[in-house]
Amino acid sequence: MINQKLYLSDKIFKKDIEMKLMRDGFGLGLLEAGEKDPRIVVLSADLKESTKANYFAEKFPERFIEVGVAEQAMVTIASGMANYGKIPFCTSYAIFSPGRNWEQIRTTIAIDSYPVKIIGAQSGLNIGHYGVTHQGLEDIALASVIPNMNVVVPSDFDEARKATLLMAVDNKPYYMRLPRIESPVYTSSETPFKFGKANILTESKNPEVTIIATGLMVYEALMAYKELYKNGIETIVINMHTIKPLDEELIIRNAKLTGAVVSIEEHQVIGGLGSMVSSVLSKNFPVPMEILGVQDRFGQSGTPKELFAEYGLTKEDIIKACKKVIARKNS
Amino acid sequence: MKTHTIDELQDIAQEVRQDIVKMLLKAGAGHPVGSLGMADVLVALYYTVLRNDPKNPTWEDRDRLILSCGHICPALYAVMSHVSYFEHKNLLKLGSFKSILQGHPDKRFLPSLETTSGPLGCGLAQASGIAYVARLDQKRFRTFVITSDGEHDEGNHWEAVAFAGKNNLSSLTMIVDRNNIQIDGFTEDVMPLEPLADKYKSFHWSVIDIDGHNIKEIVDACNKARAIYENPTVIIARTIPGKGVPFMENNPNWHAKAPNSDEVREAIKNIRNMKGAIEDY
Repeated sequence: MINQKLYLSDKIFKKDIEMKLMRDGFGLGLLEAGEKDPRIVVLSADLKESTKANYFAEKFPERFIEVGVAEQAMVTIASGMANYGKIPFCTSYAIFSPGRNWEQIRTTIAIDSYPVKIIGAQSGLNIGHYGVTHQGLEDIALASVIPNMNVVVPSDFDEARKATLLMAVDNKPYYMRLPRIESPVYTSSETPFKFGKANILTESKNPEVTIIATGLMVYEALMAYKELYKNGIETIVINMHTIKPLDEELIIRNAKLTGAVVSIEEHQVIGGLGSMVSSVLSKNFPVPMEILGVQDRFGQSGTPKELFAEYGLTKEDIIKACKKVIARKNS
Repeated sequence: MKTHTIDELQDIAQEVRQDIVKMLLKAGAGHPVGSLGMADVLVALYYTVLRNDPKNPTWEDRDRLILSCGHICPALYAVMSHVSYFEHKNLLKLGSFKSILQGHPDKRFLPSLETTSGPLGCGLAQASGIAYVARLDQKRFRTFVITSDGEHDEGNHWEAVAFAGKNNLSSLTMIVDRNNIQIDGFTEDVMPLEPLADKYKSFHWSVIDIDGHNIKEIVDACNKARAIYENPTVIIARTIPGKGVPFMENNPNWHAKAPNSDEVREAIKNIRNMKGAIEDY
């Protein structure tokens, strides 16, 4: 059953669940953060509307800095601003930032741990139509490998808003990835959210498998939970909204509880959430595990639905993986 | 700090040059020619131009100096030690384990540095970011950045040139070490930069061309930049790579090579002879 302590939406499994953009959660959170703290400045690399930095730009034009299509300049200028004492948010698409400006983020932001927040919008296959060149599927790996960097992947509108407000008051560098499409708002403003503390969305007396999901895949995992439940298989669904620092204690505890794990992410499996979870488990408590995600391939054009099916990121893929790990556990 | 005559500053620059070759000998690695070439600029900046306080390196209204081409840090370190940011004896620990003087500038080990640097093309953007928000907060300090000519090959640098020009960052002064060499050879062979002054003018910068070994010209140019309110200013400092050590001068092979002890003995003799002294070493 759904974890009652999280105050999740009462429409969580209803057809009329509210659909919203995580980018809007970010944009509105940024506006709120900007109202609270005059040190916040926002940089845009010619994408202020699609990253939703425009809400801030309209209210605080003097603290909004347009750098043009220049992602390397964006983060290095932000480094200088943070060096002076500002809290810069750098807004672009995941493929360009941290994709194109990775070394600059490492050298001029992460080494000295400046509180620059890198926002990678339009990440993942869900951007659909625009195709392979714009589908950031490597950003979690790129950001996570850098020491001092914190990495957050919200799973709905409210979480994106909360994450934005929290990173604004944490004096450290952050990367946050955001998808393009609308997604179900399954949490509420009451749902607890703390970096590094994953949320256990479902509870069970006799769970057989732990599903660890991030971003858009969390709701997909909840759909799989519901169907498996109908078939008599109980699962624990974890929303791993913080990739770094990873909630290792919770991963180990739930692996011990169920003895089998499935991870799912809209990202390359190499260097992503699944590989980090498996690294934690192999050191502490190895269990049968399936890692769902993009299997070392490039994307292409299509609808999000077509692409999720092609790359193995659907409810059905999760169900299949769950049955596979349960069978391995029991063999 | 007490004021110095130009003659005294020239003497300090010669001491800095001797420090540089001794540091590189001890470290067994480093970039001699760029460091020697910028000794006069750095002495002029730290002794005359910059409004800062070595005893209070985080003073919020200090002038900032960003060293973008971090590989010439031996010169920066030597000058910083002469104005007492840290003890002179640290110089001989350049690049050694746990030294405050890492092989490239590392603010974690030496917090009085403005930035951690080395990877090229970033410093102007960082300085532009500082100058932009300083103006937002109506601060009066100035931001200086030293860049190499070789790093003008980097796209990141030109993105920042456009940004600073667009925003008329008049409190920003860049000094380009125009020594015409980079690792693979002469800049005009590797990737031509000329007409460099015209490039900056077309990006809405003010340009001042100087002899980078003439301390009076360096100081005058920085003062002139202070009086330009319309644009950021680039001071193209013509320097001789390896200045003061004839066997290194203008020689790209000495870009990133440490001298041995015989070469250092020769180099120090040369440096001491720069102003006509004839003492041996």
